[in-house]
Amino acid sequence: MSESAPTTSESRRIAEEARARVRFEEEALELSEQVYRVARRLVGSREDAEDLVQQTYERAFRSWRQYTPGTNLRAWLLRILTNLNIDRGRRQQRTPQTSSIDEAGDYFLYNRLEAANPDGNSDSDRVLERLSQDSIVDALTEVPHDFRDVIVLVDIGEFSYADAAQILDIPIGTVMSRLHRGRRILKKNLADKAVPA
Amino acid sequence: MIDWCEKCEEMMQPFLDGTLSVDEVAEAEKHLDGCSWCAKRYRFEERLRHYVRIAVSEPMSPALKEKLAALRTPLN
Repeated sequence: MSESAPTTSESRRIAEEARARVRFEEEALELSEQVYRVARRLVGSREDAEDLVQQTYERAFRSWRQYTPGTNLRAWLLRILTNLNIDRGRRQQRTPQTSSIDEAGDYFLYNRLEAANPDGNSDSDRVLERLSQDSIVDALTEVPHDFRDVIVLVDIGEFSYADAAQILDIPIGTVMSRLHRGRRILKKNLADKAVPA
Repeated sequence: MIDWCEKCEEMMQPFLDGTLSVDEVAEAEKHLDGCSWCAKRYRFEERLRHYVRIAVSEPMSPALKEKLAALRTPLN
């Protein structure tokens, strides 16, 4: 019959696409824990993070054909997530005044902890361990958005500079400079909590 | 005159990120071998990053996990 041939190839194509789709959805779901951990620190509350992750997966499953197999799926999902986060009306934050932080340098936190415990060989790690989990979360939350996004992606999500640049749609040099400054701001915040002035 | 400790401080972040050149790594390591002041601060930074990562990690709720699983395309 002349009609059976196209029907067979068509049904084969549909079956193949269904398999690819299932594979995509399974792979994406396997990454959900990691996606959530990043999302949780990009937004202020657990509820917002959960909404954002859910919307991300809804969109990802709708537009799964736009994903190129073999590329970094976690980065692809995070790109959707950060775009949705911006769509939700996250305000663009002005660049904060950070000159005093730049002057403080990267040894700042250690120096401050050491100065607060001048009794010889006090272990600064122990001073740090006295910080509650909440105060560390607060110290991170208080880092301005632009800097925090980069810290969350690179230091918490363990994305490369290149992936972070792609996810946030900013140049790689900007990722590096924001990371550098953001970590200093974080350390300043931690110092303020560990050793109140 | 070069202040090696100051230079070492500037190299700490890229050093720990693994983005220095081979020559720069060798230079930093040479200084760290002979300078316990900087070495202590490098070790501290490394532990700090690890500590922060653990402290701010919050697991996903089982309810959300179920919601996401329910988004899957039903199998015919």
